[in-house]
Amino acid sequence: MERSLKWRILIVLAVLFVSLVYIYPSLAPGLPTWWQKALPSEKIHLGLDLRGGMHLILEVQAEKAVESAVERTVEELKFSLVKTKLPVNSVTRIEGRRIEVLLARAEDQDKFNKLLDDEFDYLVTDATDETAGRLKLLLSLHPKEAARIKEMAVRQALETIRNRIDQFGVTEPDIRPQGEDRIVIQLPGVKDPERAVALIGKTALLEFKLVEEAHSVEKALAEGPPPGTEILHQVLTDKETGRTSKTPFLVRTRSLLTGEYVTDARVTIDNQFNEPYVALNFDAKGSRLFERITEANVNKRLAIVLDGNVYSAPVIQEKISGGKARITGSFTLEEARDLAIVLRAGALPAPVNILEERTVGPSLGQDSIDQGVNSVAVGLVLVLIFMIFYYRLSGVIADTVLCLNIVFIFAALAAFGATLTLPGIAGIILTIGMAVDANVLIFERIREEIRLGKTPRAAVDGGFGKATWTILDANVTTLIAALVLFQFGTGPIRGFAVTLSIGIVASLFTAIFVARIIFDYLLVKVKMRKISV
Amino acid sequence: MELIRPDTNFNFVGVRRWAYVFSAVLILVGIVSLIVHGGPNYGVDFAGGSLIQVKFQKPTTAQAIRDALGDLKMGEESIQRFGDLQNNEFLVRVSQETQDLNTLAQRVERTLEQQFGQGNIEIRRVETVGPKVGKDLRQKALFAIFYAILFIVIYISGRFELKWLMSLVVALALMLAVYLAGLVGAGVTGLILIALVITLVVCFFFQLKFALGAIVALMHDVAITVGIFSLLDKEMTLTIVAAILTIIGYSLNDTIVVFDRIRENTRKYRKQAFDRVVNSSINETLSRTILTGGTTLIVLICLYFLGGPVIADFALALIIGIIIGTYSSIYVASPILLIWPPAGAVVKSKAKRTSRPKNKK
Repeated sequence: MERSLKWRILIVLAVLFVSLVYIYPSLAPGLPTWWQKALPSEKIHLGLDLRGGMHLILEVQAEKAVESAVERTVEELKFSLVKTKLPVNSVTRIEGRRIEVLLARAEDQDKFNKLLDDEFDYLVTDATDETAGRLKLLLSLHPKEAARIKEMAVRQALETIRNRIDQFGVTEPDIRPQGEDRIVIQLPGVKDPERAVALIGKTALLEFKLVEEAHSVEKALAEGPPPGTEILHQVLTDKETGRTSKTPFLVRTRSLLTGEYVTDARVTIDNQFNEPYVALNFDAKGSRLFERITEANVNKRLAIVLDGNVYSAPVIQEKISGGKARITGSFTLEEARDLAIVLRAGALPAPVNILEERTVGPSLGQDSIDQGVNSVAVGLVLVLIFMIFYYRLSGVIADTVLCLNIVFIFAALAAFGATLTLPGIAGIILTIGMAVDANVLIFERIREEIRLGKTPRAAVDGGFGKATWTILDANVTTLIAALVLFQFGTGPIRGFAVTLSIGIVASLFTAIFVARIIFDYLLVKVKMRKISV
Repeated sequence: MELIRPDTNFNFVGVRRWAYVFSAVLILVGIVSLIVHGGPNYGVDFAGGSLIQVKFQKPTTAQAIRDALGDLKMGEESIQRFGDLQNNEFLVRVSQETQDLNTLAQRVERTLEQQFGQGNIEIRRVETVGPKVGKDLRQKALFAIFYAILFIVIYISGRFELKWLMSLVVALALMLAVYLAGLVGAGVTGLILIALVITLVVCFFFQLKFALGAIVALMHDVAITVGIFSLLDKEMTLTIVAAILTIIGYSLNDTIVVFDRIRENTRKYRKQAFDRVVNSSINETLSRTILTGGTTLIVLICLYFLGGPVIADFALALIIGIIIGTYSSIYVASPILLIWPPAGAVVKSKAKRTSRPKNKK
């Protein structure tokens, strides 16, 4: 007994020491370098509901990426048909992702199929219909190609968003994919959630389109835009009244230049008007394109369109070489900066929807911590006092192991890198209440054994022996519930499941193993005559 | 110090019919409340929509806020005070039919700032859940409950009846039923109900009395807790579902302690009538039951009053669940064992003793 007692005490002391080492980083303001190199140095992670911050779930509308791809294919097909001199009546995108080709001469079908095999092997012919010497073909994207585009879209969206958030400047952002087309974003401590959401959700498709001079805007509004043009609006918000005004522009649909040629975007302050604007740099190809556009359209207006809204439509004064352009429009410094960020990071391949947003302000987070800690402290003290009253010396033993329990729980949280949330704190409180249960079971048994007239030694043996199975049994069911919660739960609830599970395991250890050691020590070393229970 | 004297012998088993009536009334009240309210009061987690917690520097009223937000045309909304009076915090809840859930919080903030003055309001928390996610979360929550029940049924059948084979059969029967129900297209709720019914039927049929007692007790606890929550018109959120699962775990905890004692005593006092054994077992474990329930309640009450309004509902659910759970272990789970006389034991005795005979060994 004596020898095993020594070993058991050593084990407990070792576990205690290791636990304190794990907890220390969370309590100390700074760690010496020698500690950081050799010993665990991570603080306990706090969940968003305690730290403040934003949790977002986005859905990438990958279907739209497929539609854009089909649209691009239509243009390329038209181009190829002209090149191969195949007379064709029309090539149009229909029903979202299919292409309808009207060949002028049905005999050209073989030549057309060869063209498809050569250059467009990812297109599949769904149906053909020959009427009056003309051939109508319905094409669609091969399902594998569509799937590939979708997957690429999601991955690209993830990277682009990550890029934007990096530039936004949030400490420890967490961005990861979920399922097929969702992205989960956590931004702890974000100060301006509104701005963050706007930044993340913006598709940011930059397009340069010519303003159509030949037609009047009013006529187009009344009768509908002529073919090849569309009506876009410029939305201006009056800073003071918050009211918006929409000015319509009639522009040619085909984009002459897009944001993918932009290599850099910087915020600069205009010296004359003291207003910020965004200065763009194009890459080599983009510069050449821009030069040609400006050369061919002097004195015409070029609309700068972002996500379908006209930002500005300045008049092209002269040919611009050197690939520099500027986007003006009464921005605040912040708006200009955000615009530069999205232009630098690039456009999203498909629009994103916000499925879920949970934001906790930092003040609420701090309040929750304070209140949580408060209730744990008060609850703990009440239980400690009660145990002493009810079980006297054994109560003190129970209290000691309860405190050990709490140390172990926090140490485990730090060791596993688990996150502490507000329900997690509730889990700790629950553990305090339920940990006592194991001790109570043992002590009640010991009392029974004493009443039956057994010696202190036999009473302790009997008590621990009979109660252990019951304790294990009972706690297994709560553990099952906790594990299910962990599996199916989200953020804060997972935190609860984690602290509850750790708490149960720790309380089993302390109540059965550690408490027994203390009793044995008192009986053997101190030679306690009577059990105070 | 002792709250429960060692020779107590309350007649729990004798009054069990009254307990059944009491329980039945509670459950009925809960069901009526659910019907009247048209189902549980789903929070944004399950119903979708937006929840905005706003703190005002100067005292204001829900009506004033409602008027201020009136011209945003937000559709059905509900505005409630949150927490203590001096916090000046309100919850603005908007349902999902609104057009643009994405920017809703900003628009609410801007409108309130205009009306009440900037610096007077602070957005403490925003929770926006789109309809798709709401549905997902509902499914997830129900699946969690289903799996918890499944594993627990398997565990209890095996552990108590020591008929592991039987528990495997139960598990297979459940999974088969679930699969068939899935084919027919039953929702997750249907799945859970079917699972429970099958479990009850199988346990009854095979005389798995301990398993039956435990499961009936925990269904009873969940039903009453949900019913009381509906009565108090509290919201059903993900955290409350977590509380329900915890209650399931705790209630079983309790029940298992009593059952263990019953089995031990059945082995020890083979000559005694079963209902006497059950009653004395309950009495023997009474001290522990009250104490553990007591200490857990102490800490939960601390949490309820000191933990802040965000976690208060969670604490309340646990408090209700634990009280009912303790009650059910004594008055519901154990008496169910008496439906069948165990093999070889003496059948029900009519005599009621007021004091336990001393154990003569």
